[in-house]
Amino acid sequence: MVNRVIVGAHYGLRDWLAQRVTAVVMAVYTLIVIALLLADAPTDFAGWKAWFAQGWLRFATFLFIISLVYHAWVGVRDVLMDYIKPVGTRLLLQVLVILALVGYGGWALQILWRA
Amino acid sequence: MSDLPVRKKHYKPWFNIDLRNLPLPGLVSIFHRVSGLFLFVMLFWLLWLLDTSLASPAGFAKVKGLLGHWFAKLVMLGLIWAYLHHFCAGIRFLLLDVHKGIELPIARATSGWVFGVSLVLTALFAWRVLW
Repeated sequence: MVNRVIVGAHYGLRDWLAQRVTAVVMAVYTLIVIALLLADAPTDFAGWKAWFAQGWLRFATFLFIISLVYHAWVGVRDVLMDYIKPVGTRLLLQVLVILALVGYGGWALQILWRA
Repeated sequence: MSDLPVRKKHYKPWFNIDLRNLPLPGLVSIFHRVSGLFLFVMLFWLLWLLDTSLASPAGFAKVKGLLGHWFAKLVMLGLIWAYLHHFCAGIRFLLLDVHKGIELPIARATSGWVFGVSLVLTALFAWRVLW
């Protein structure tokens, strides 16, 4: 008889890699933003708004947010898988985390491109 | 069917991490989780701050006033530490992934560096920006 070994759903490597790629994206963004703020930080509302109105910064911040959503999902899912054993509770929490993160992504999009 | 290699269930306590017996790399790891979770939980507040500060001059003033409160500063300090620790520990993990610094003495030393660098940067940030 064939010795069948139970394996997973094969999303592990993809998520593992995505967590690292998104981490690099966020790290690079963080260093750029800190460098810019150290050089010239806006101090009033007009300056702050104009700073975020720069096209490339919106683009980069959007990439940061998308990376954050995926990165946070993988991380929080791993934590839930490790500490929350009852399947129903874990599923509920995972669904709530996904809903929150997707909503945050939409919210961030709206903040960034609001005129 | 009966000879399928299914892993046997064994029940362990829900939470059995004793931080006192954990070596330094283990502490970096658990704090990586704690800081990541803290950042996730506080994401709503951070987005609200960004939203309000960019919405109107009144919102900007409101955020500025709020961040002047000692308790908000304390939370901000915690968030900055969490971000910096997560950042430094994350870079260490990325290097470990490509087999840089996996020898035990070096891994221990870099764990100490993660704690040290993130705490010093947090203090620097508190001194220059928060207070």
